[in-house]
Amino acid sequence: MKKIIITSLISLMLATNVSADTDGENNLSKKNSGEVKDCFESVNRATFKFNQVLDGVIFEPIAKAYRVLPSPVRAGTGNALDNLSTLVTIPNNILQGEFKKAGVNTGRFIVNTTVGIVGIFDVAEKIGFSEYEKEDYGQTLGVMGVGPGCYLILPVLGPSTIRDTAGSFANILGGDAWYNVTVANDTQHFSEFDYYASRVGSGIDFRAKNIDSFENLEKNSMDFYASVRSLYLQDRQQKIANSNAITETQNDSDWEEIETQ
Amino acid sequence: MRLKKFLIFTFIIINFVGINQSYSIEPDVFVQSTVNRASEALNNKYSKEEKIEKLKQIASETVDINGIGYYTLGVYRKNISDNEINQYEMLFEQYFLKSFSSRLAEYSNPEIEVVSKKKLNENYTMVSSVLVGTEQRPEVKIDWRIYTKNAGNPLIRDLIIEGLSLARTQKEEFSSIIQSNDGDINALFSTLKEFIK
Repeated sequence: MKKIIITSLISLMLATNVSADTDGENNLSKKNSGEVKDCFESVNRATFKFNQVLDGVIFEPIAKAYRVLPSPVRAGTGNALDNLSTLVTIPNNILQGEFKKAGVNTGRFIVNTTVGIVGIFDVAEKIGFSEYEKEDYGQTLGVMGVGPGCYLILPVLGPSTIRDTAGSFANILGGDAWYNVTVANDTQHFSEFDYYASRVGSGIDFRAKNIDSFENLEKNSMDFYASVRSLYLQDRQQKIANSNAITETQNDSDWEEIETQ
Repeated sequence: MRLKKFLIFTFIIINFVGINQSYSIEPDVFVQSTVNRASEALNNKYSKEEKIEKLKQIASETVDINGIGYYTLGVYRKNISDNEINQYEMLFEQYFLKSFSSRLAEYSNPEIEVVSKKKLNENYTMVSSVLVGTEQRPEVKIDWRIYTKNAGNPLIRDLIIEGLSLARTQKEEFSSIIQSNDGDINALFSTLKEFIK
């Protein structure tokens, strides 16, 4: 029953997504994060403010306390959480046709979980595995040509788009092996707490790694909401393009018109 | 007399060509030298105010502030009067220098290494670098869009940090401010004035 409700919800979101993109063009090809519509801006701004208050009261203080921990402890925690995320990355590598990367990431998971003691040590990197790049179902939908739809701010979770939110439902529909062994099935080895602790841990780890950048951005922004929206959409665009080549994701046309010399 | 004029003319031409050649600066060398200057300015022997002043000086010499300002204004630059453009240029310069220097002044002794460069066309070269990681933060990739129309005076037009363009972020922020105020450019001017205070 739960699965039927979630599937219906995803279908509805993707249908809304299609109608939100009525110009029929692929936003990725436009290479401009500004093309994503902020259809619910007033609600989004209100949710953004709510999240900022929540962040100030809960997440930022916890992230600051977390940063006081010794560097090896933080690095180990970050590595273990990254290791769990490979369980979502691998199926997405396959869905995107990146079979070689899926193989490499499977090897990485096996090595780090065993030799690296549940992922605390990134042994795979030390023995020459290529740099780890996370993938998720939102990115896979993007690669398949699904447009981002409207921009969304989710309570607590923060910036997203209709496509990315729909994609994240795949995790609880069987697309995340970690969710399957903790929440979806009673395996006797793990509990629901393990899953939710890992999710909260990932949030705090991310917040702690970016604490200075966020503070700096907030202090120097005239419209912090708009800055975060721009950065989130640029980041997603880059991740979907799966490209490290900056020139492939930057739009040059606007620059070409500007002559100052 | 004619010979004297000819010699002077020849001398000027030779010097002009010579100067042009000797002053052609490679974009990667330009970035590394700018970064070295900024690192020196961020040395902890200076107070925060001194750091800010030094950074402002470096930015005025190495960044195409007007170019970034026009880019940041996006489509709106085509619909405003010369007077408004002049006012915007003045406000943007003050905004940029304040925002830029205050963003950078938080860092101390950043170590940036230039890795490679890619010429996009006659006007632009992208220089890739990395901000070396520390215990507090991981390594960060920084790409620099260098305006090379005048090869003797390359200028920075954008910083792309881990794939995120600062100029584009600023452009979308400005656009949001104008749109939230029914397309009134004066709303942007007021916000800039408030920020500069």
